[in-house]
Amino acid sequence: MRKLFMPLLVVATAMFAYAPFMIDQAAYESSMGLVSKIFYFHAPSGMVMLLSAVVCGIASALYLWRRNPGADRLAMASAELTVLYGLIVIATGPLWARKAWGIWWDWDARLTMSFVGWLIAISYLFVRKYGGPGSDKLGAALAVFGTANVPFIYLSVNFWRTLHPKTSVVPTLPPLIRGPFWFSALALFLMYLLLLTARLHLERQRAALDALYLAEED
Amino acid sequence: MSDFDEVRLLDVSRHFGRRRALSHVSLTARAGDILGLLGPNGAGKSTIIGALATLVAPTSGEIHYGGQRARALGDGLRRHIGLLAHELHLYPELTARQNLEFFAQLYGVHSGPAIDTALERAALADRGHEEVQGFSRGMRQRLALERSLLHHPRLVLFDEPFTGLDDHAVGIVAGRLRELAASGAIVIIATHDLDLADGLVTRVALIREGKLLSDEPAAAGLRARYRSVMGRA
Amino acid sequence: MFTRTALLVLKKDFAIEVRSREILYTTLLFALSCVLIFSIAFVKEGEPLLDAAAGILWIAVEFAGTLALGKTFERERYSETLRALLLAPAPRAAIYVGKMLGVVVLLAVAEALLVPLVALLFHAPLLAQPLLLMALVAAGTIGFSSVGTLFAAMLVRARSRDVMLPILLYPMTVPVMIAGVRGTSALMQSPADVPSAIMWIGLLASMDVVFMTIALWTFEPLMTE
Repeated sequence: MRKLFMPLLVVATAMFAYAPFMIDQAAYESSMGLVSKIFYFHAPSGMVMLLSAVVCGIASALYLWRRNPGADRLAMASAELTVLYGLIVIATGPLWARKAWGIWWDWDARLTMSFVGWLIAISYLFVRKYGGPGSDKLGAALAVFGTANVPFIYLSVNFWRTLHPKTSVVPTLPPLIRGPFWFSALALFLMYLLLLTARLHLERQRAALDALYLAEED
Repeated sequence: MSDFDEVRLLDVSRHFGRRRALSHVSLTARAGDILGLLGPNGAGKSTIIGALATLVAPTSGEIHYGGQRARALGDGLRRHIGLLAHELHLYPELTARQNLEFFAQLYGVHSGPAIDTALERAALADRGHEEVQGFSRGMRQRLALERSLLHHPRLVLFDEPFTGLDDHAVGIVAGRLRELAASGAIVIIATHDLDLADGLVTRVALIREGKLLSDEPAAAGLRARYRSVMGRA
Repeated sequence: MFTRTALLVLKKDFAIEVRSREILYTTLLFALSCVLIFSIAFVKEGEPLLDAAAGILWIAVEFAGTLALGKTFERERYSETLRALLLAPAPRAAIYVGKMLGVVVLLAVAEALLVPLVALLFHAPLLAQPLLLMALVAAGTIGFSSVGTLFAAMLVRARSRDVMLPILLYPMTVPVMIAGVRGTSALMQSPADVPSAIMWIGLLASMDVVFMTIALWTFEPLMTE
């Protein structure tokens, strides 16, 4: 990944620069107007957020049972990115909702679910920061439970109520919207990979520094 | 069989982030030994005790119980380990007898006579029905000592067993430890109290800042030896 | 060995509770205070809001349960008896099961008082389907306690555990709460919406299985320092 970092960074930057033109060219949705363009940002961020949360859960399980320190660093980095992408989702959602539904927030299935998932990711970071010694394992257990919880949160809020556009919206997009949508999704995913790499690099450096301190003591 | 007659730490390290609680400690204790882990507070003595008790997992290195690792020996290994820590592992709301009964059953020891003997040994035979929270530190300590030995452990781990005891009680505890060692137990005591260790321990491991500075048979003049080793390092 | 150890731990917790009754009384009193506070929010012009009873019941259970969890493990922390339990020559997960059963029993006692009380105070037909309600409450309580016991146990050594427990536990038990509240209000409709209630009970039961399984797996690695 380290060798690919610079080229990917260039590609991602170019994609981000070009994305607004592409979104501008995309078919204009008459009922929603300009606000509908948030979709290109909002939905892919939600997808990346979910991906990042699952990565965090799997890495945490590996850390808990295999004691692999690399998995711990991956879990930590993914949790931070889950919070970051979650913030994008939660900040852009209401802007669209205000126009579409006339309200800023609604306790519908997906909103509730993103909110709960985001809260769990934040509580993970909270534990890592304030848990004291042993917080790495506390966090790992939290992430494993959080990930196992995702289907239940999904089911329970879905049975509860649904107002949000269905998952089936994305596969049935008209071609003029589909292109720009997947372009944006790819750009945001690339950004995720780059941030993750950078964050992992930082954690590795920290671990190396810790090892040096330990070696110095010996 | 998960019994053993020697425990061995092989290059054991344990660190918490940047802080090394234990650094490459290798140490062996055999049946009949009373090994004293001596060193100032925070030297890593309790971490060694915790690791031997299977409560602390070493970051690197291995601990062998009679040539086998804890994982290979399974949960049954803990039947042969007795631990008395500074915190006494007693339920204050329960009576002395209830405490002993609970732990005896936990270890699958046939209670009854074992409990009576333990209460007698702790000099609490007539106070067995009283709640532990009404006991003095010394009484609790005696009870905790007997509690940790209920199941006749092979490996006896004591972390600061003498705090809060008067001279008479210290004499009793020391006598009990000698008795255990003579009957084939491996006794390991962590303490910072040199006066109490002197004359009791048969081997001395001097520890500071997570490092083993010296591992030698106990000899006269422990205090002078301690000072010279600690001062030199 | 596993079952025996779990039952011993449960019996021991029971013996302590019989002597002090502290956790039972604090839990009950706290649950009552919750009900009182909610009555302020959910009663309008002397009439309780529709469906409020279901929410009040479950929130009171969740809050009181958190308190009971914290207290139970404070008891094991006081003299570091949790470490002594972990030294028992049995699978360590047995300790988890024993502690969890204790919390479930305690909450069951609290619920036996809470359900009729909420039904009475908020004019709610909670007892219209007693068996289904019992199944729902039992499944929900087990789900809450299975996550809660693991988290409370792992927080024993952490700093600021009192604050951490609710912060970690509440988001994690959101599906349990939704299923509990929705299932209860389905049962309170007239006539009761039995198929929905059974669906929620089924969802809760599958959560119980998944949560317990993960907890049994994670307990041992979590408890080794």
